[in-house]
Amino acid sequence: MSFDLLQWYRKNTENDVLVSYLGSVSEDVISSLLDKLEDVLEKKNIDLKTLKKIYHISVEALQNLYHHSDAPKIPKNKSAIEKNVVFILKKIKDSENKCRYYVITGNFINKSNTRVLKERIDQLNFLSKDEIKILYKLILNNDQFSEKGGGGLGMIDLVKRSGNNLTYNFYNFDSNYIFFTLRIAI
Amino acid sequence: MESIRIEKTRKTPDVTFNADTGKIQIEGKSIPENSIEFYKPLVDWLEEYGKNPQENTEVNIKLEYFNTSSSKCILDVFKKLETIYKNGNNVVINWYYEEDDEDMLEAGEDYQSILKIPFKMIEMEE
Repeated sequence: MSFDLLQWYRKNTENDVLVSYLGSVSEDVISSLLDKLEDVLEKKNIDLKTLKKIYHISVEALQNLYHHSDAPKIPKNKSAIEKNVVFILKKIKDSENKCRYYVITGNFINKSNTRVLKERIDQLNFLSKDEIKILYKLILNNDQFSEKGGGGLGMIDLVKRSGNNLTYNFYNFDSNYIFFTLRIAI
Repeated sequence: MESIRIEKTRKTPDVTFNADTGKIQIEGKSIPENSIEFYKPLVDWLEEYGKNPQENTEVNIKLEYFNTSSSKCILDVFKKLETIYKNGNNVVINWYYEEDDEDMLEAGEDYQSILKIPFKMIEMEE
């Protein structure tokens, strides 16, 4: 069965949502989502350190969506979900009544990119905090920019700042596209 | 040589590069989608300034947030400053960070360890 984006989005935004978005991604969309996020978090009275962490991670996650999403061509009879991305910020209480924040993103990618992406995340999840720091500095100083204008630091920054492993999923959309979801615990 | 003065926007910092006083300041948020576009003129300016710099160049970096693509561009800015320093001029980089902002302190320390240039970490109280 083909992946149903709307159903996935509804399921993931049922509870505990602070900010959620399903739609196309542009510079303006990112700006307004960040404004909204700042607004929501300031009202929550959270400490500055956590606020900054959430903000940083959200910037990087949104810009990853902006730079790395692909767009499947949707047959006209389906609802228009072309080049759509998902961004969700959640606050969830765990079993010990402690609050945790989660940033969840989703975007379409070409099937051919799946393996490289999976290997990259698995590698980052495998590294220790010190190794992540070293790798970050190496890439920072390698003088390289990708065609898309990224510095190759987006994913590693999410691991470094959150201090947690990244959780991901790949959902089959059609013969060419995969819907890639990423969950960052903060 | 002309100075640079750029007002801050939602995603780019307030910038002052003063050729007459040798004072350079970047302050605010730096989270543009296309960082190279924003920083290239600054790096080019430093290339030109480096040909005939002031005796003392003071650099103040007061960033609230910056994204990873800015982090590479900021390193390019610092590398130009490092060249000016290596040519026998006085250059100091003051890296400001807010009290308790360990991530920002760590980012400054990363630059400090890559560059051979005087670097001062300055904690700002709220």
